[in-house]
Amino acid sequence: MVRLTAASSQSLRPYLQAVRSSLTAALCLSNFASQTAERHNVPEVEARTSPEVLLTPLTIARNENERVLIEPSINSIRISIKIKQADEIEHILVHKFTRFLTQRAESFFILRRKPIKGYDISFLITNFHTEEMLKHKLVDFIIQFMEEVDKEISEMKLFLNARARFVAESFLTPFD
Amino acid sequence: MASPEVHHLFHNPIADHSFSADRKTLAVARDTTVELYAKVGSAFKLKDELKGHDKTVTSVDIAPNSGRIVSCSQDRNALVWEPSPTGYKPTLVLLRINRAATFVRWSPSETKFAVGSGDRLIAICYFEEENDWWVSKHLKKPIRSTITTVAWHPNSVLLAAGSTDAHARVFSSFIKGVDARPEPGVWGERLPFGTVCGEYLNNSAGWVHSVAFSPSGDALAYAAHDSSITVVYPNGPDQPPKAIVSINTQLLPFMSLIWNGEAEIIAAGYDCEAFRFKGGVDGWQLSGTLEAKGRPGLGDSREESALNMFRQMDLRGKAKDDTQLKTVHQNTITTLRPYESSGASVKKFSSTGVDGRVVIWNT
Repeated sequence: MVRLTAASSQSLRPYLQAVRSSLTAALCLSNFASQTAERHNVPEVEARTSPEVLLTPLTIARNENERVLIEPSINSIRISIKIKQADEIEHILVHKFTRFLTQRAESFFILRRKPIKGYDISFLITNFHTEEMLKHKLVDFIIQFMEEVDKEISEMKLFLNARARFVAESFLTPFD
Repeated sequence: MASPEVHHLFHNPIADHSFSADRKTLAVARDTTVELYAKVGSAFKLKDELKGHDKTVTSVDIAPNSGRIVSCSQDRNALVWEPSPTGYKPTLVLLRINRAATFVRWSPSETKFAVGSGDRLIAICYFEEENDWWVSKHLKKPIRSTITTVAWHPNSVLLAAGSTDAHARVFSSFIKGVDARPEPGVWGERLPFGTVCGEYLNNSAGWVHSVAFSPSGDALAYAAHDSSITVVYPNGPDQPPKAIVSINTQLLPFMSLIWNGEAEIIAAGYDCEAFRFKGGVDGWQLSGTLEAKGRPGLGDSREESALNMFRQMDLRGKAKDDTQLKTVHQNTITTLRPYESSGASVKKFSSTGVDGRVVIWNT
């Protein structure tokens, strides 16, 4: 496994740039029928029956809490994202958030129902997706998702803290 | 340079395409059917649909002289479509494979064709008069993975094949009674069926997507998934090749390549545009793209008016529309084919891709 670490853990841009170029290179998919099962056409990255059609997985890590795993193969790629979780609250929020998304996986097309172990959310893109959707837009979508999800989680956390403060205040007013 | 001729047929991927010899008929593999388009004026009109496969058709080829069409599919079958006054009549080929058929090409002599398959073998098919049936002989060793592509040598005996085990191989497909004994050449002297005349692997061992013999047949080029093109110059039987030239590029992988004379290769693939390579035994290099940048009608160089910008932001929530690629093809190019040739050089070639476009380019 190859591990790239962005030079400065503070900056999001080189991290996203690395993810973007790796995804662009990995999203070279073609229609490939199964070699092991007759008349089947399955994502090879999930089936794992022919080792020669799988490529080396790639991990891009910004720091120990944030990383992306890209597993390419001849007709599908799997992208798994570990979302930053600094404390207990963020952990709960990320769990709820990804659960909300994965339960609606059908309408997301590329979302995998279950994340890979050690990651919070996984996407599975097959050659059928790249055939009907624009490849650069798919990459944009993943990048945008990564940008937005951190923002979303910290916003939710701020909102939760503000609400907790408000609730605590109103509960504790009688004891004032 | 004249601008390319673009025909947008439909919004499905085109797995493969083939023009008839008079260039009036175009066969394209669309999903589970083969569609025949006839040239009416400057456009292509749907003429006939060949239905016979029940899984994705992976490859189609029209024999230039006899007009027979061969198609193969992931349902493990290949069909030969015989032209008749009432339409095309399919004949099933006895392939004896039980995985997807991935690629099919007629030999230049048109008496045989080769079918690559996911069964880790190549079926060489020929017509057996006494049984009135297309039968096949298998090339099995030493293939270890799916055959992605095959290409015929001009002598109709040698066959190049690329596979996902990262090897490009040259086989002899000599069949007694069908082929004339070939002249001894750089690939070998005695060529019984199944002889492996060459086996090549490139540095990073990427899946081979396309192979092609040079017009003379004395060199072999192949494109692999590591974005490289490798040209092999053999040096006679049982000797190491004269030269193996590998060209690595910073582009995305190439899916298809054709020779234009002995000193030029045109390749296209995931970058959605065609590139030209020039060179010879002592070295090859990338000489540029075939796409004329800044074509008229593209309109990306035009200055955006402020009104337009705000209108776009209002309508779509963004100021710039970036859904269009700057290339003619809007998705991966999967097949390149010579369209018009004079001698060994190609004057025009056609390309098709996942975006459902057929484009005819001038070289």
